[in-house]
Amino acid sequence: MALTIEEVRHIAQLARLTLTSEEEHRYTEQLSDILDYAGRLSKVDTSAIPPTASVLPLHAPLRPDVIRPCPPQKLILRNAPSDQDGMFRVPPVLDT
Amino acid sequence: MTDLTDLTLLEAAAALRSGDVSSRELTQACLDRIEDLEPKIHAFLSLTPDLALKQAEDADRQLSEWRREGVDPPSPTWGIPMGIKDVLCLEGVPTTCGSKILEGFRPPYTATSVERLIDAGVVVLGKTNTDEFAMGSSTENSAYGSTFNPWDLTRVPGGSSGGSAASVAANMCYAALGTDTGGSVRQPASFCGVTGIKTSYGRVSRYGLIAYGSSLDTVGALAHSAADLLPIFHTISGHDPLDSTSMPEPVPHVALDGTDLTGLRIGVPKEYFIEGMQGEVETAVHDAVRIFEALGAVACEISLPHTDLALPVYYIIAPAEASANLARYDAVRYGPRIEAEDLRGQYFATRGALFGQEVKRRIMLGTYALSAGYYDAYYGQAQKVRTLIKGDFESAFKEVDLIACPVAPTTAFRMGEHSEDPLSMYLEDVFTLPANLAGVPGIAFPVGFDSDRLPIGMQLNAPHLGEAILFRATYAYQEVTSWHKERPSL
Repeated sequence: MALTIEEVRHIAQLARLTLTSEEEHRYTEQLSDILDYAGRLSKVDTSAIPPTASVLPLHAPLRPDVIRPCPPQKLILRNAPSDQDGMFRVPPVLDT
Repeated sequence: MTDLTDLTLLEAAAALRSGDVSSRELTQACLDRIEDLEPKIHAFLSLTPDLALKQAEDADRQLSEWRREGVDPPSPTWGIPMGIKDVLCLEGVPTTCGSKILEGFRPPYTATSVERLIDAGVVVLGKTNTDEFAMGSSTENSAYGSTFNPWDLTRVPGGSSGGSAASVAANMCYAALGTDTGGSVRQPASFCGVTGIKTSYGRVSRYGLIAYGSSLDTVGALAHSAADLLPIFHTISGHDPLDSTSMPEPVPHVALDGTDLTGLRIGVPKEYFIEGMQGEVETAVHDAVRIFEALGAVACEISLPHTDLALPVYYIIAPAEASANLARYDAVRYGPRIEAEDLRGQYFATRGALFGQEVKRRIMLGTYALSAGYYDAYYGQAQKVRTLIKGDFESAFKEVDLIACPVAPTTAFRMGEHSEDPLSMYLEDVFTLPANLAGVPGIAFPVGFDSDRLPIGMQLNAPHLGEAILFRATYAYQEVTSWHKERPSL
């Protein structure tokens, strides 16, 4: 399965990654190799096999709905690269 | 007394209990040894000497109180200095996952596994080095530089818990926490000649473990022997309301009191002895199986027919889960930010610049495998083949109690040996990935040395939640052998 450089650029867009031109070329080659190797999966007949998403039986356990203390706002904001008035500060999202 | 750092965890615990030594003395001895050896080994990403000495003093106060009252500490972990892999959160202490994208991050809370250890009197020396986001098999993918193998400083310690394995091998601490998504406890344990437990999926809470592959991630530990690991396993295991995938099943209290393995059935999977593997590894594993037989176990050849598919399944599923989990690094809530004109540009610039090569490669691979038009062919198909791999183990465990096999095809490889070819690096994980895909526990421990005096490791796997049998069998082996007592000359 050979990927094209256009496909690599498209995946990088989906993944929100800026890649250098050198990275685009390297990933085109390396991801093609890996997908080529993964291609052997397609030879397995799985028509009667259910998928495994988790090795545990999937269920949603419930716990009592009680109020627990949560970390104070100040502590959470301490890690933010930029904050203002108790909020995370980001560049404009909408055109004004 | 010999150097305090030469003691095993249980020897140190006995000395603490009797009052022959204080936790402060043990902690200072470890900190001194770290200061001495860290320039050569680089096992730690951050050290917490002030926290450690305070915890040690608290432990000493508690231990002397118990001694006055004539009661034993509730756990041998009390007052024992440990390292913590830097993918586990510890409140207020830098936690980077070996990545530039989390440089300076100080978690506002502590991982359940770490908190349980601290509550059981463990002293935290610092955070150990790891491949970035635990993605790698050599610790070379750490954004802060590789760890060096204490047995040969030109070789890798394995990964991703390479810092934890090297710190234990070099006697910088008595034990360390690690994590295992595809072999990240077992393979570095093997390369560094220490004992490492990968717990069953769901046995130990993942709360506060920074996510890589959520259906595969497990917390484990590394020390010099199964006996040293057992109190850590007892402490960190068990249900946690903060992790809905942690199992409600009670944790067995394992007693290690004998070497008689009469009746134990051990299966040796023929698919784990492949062309191209190091002959010395194959021989050492077969020799170890004969020791188990001498202890009363019955060994036979078994088949895990889908073994060769574990690698392609893992390298679709783990990157797919990683691409989703790592979407959270958006330079909004934590981590450094590369400024751009708008929010979208900021995502691209920050993620492009601050994720390392292997992390970007796996995000790209996972994004592709989950993208429209390819989902069924890659991710969907990989999940179905995962069912077959899980089924291999279920069938095998109807016939045998344990599976015995190599940990990796070779002993520790040289720095840079696989760095240009990611696929050849992935092949290092070929014997450890199946246990993660099946969710079963595994233990790795030393069974010999190769002609370069590099440690050779062996792996045992048990059914889901079957850790007790792993501890009993490994303990029996280590009672009659001495590979785990060997130390590198540094």
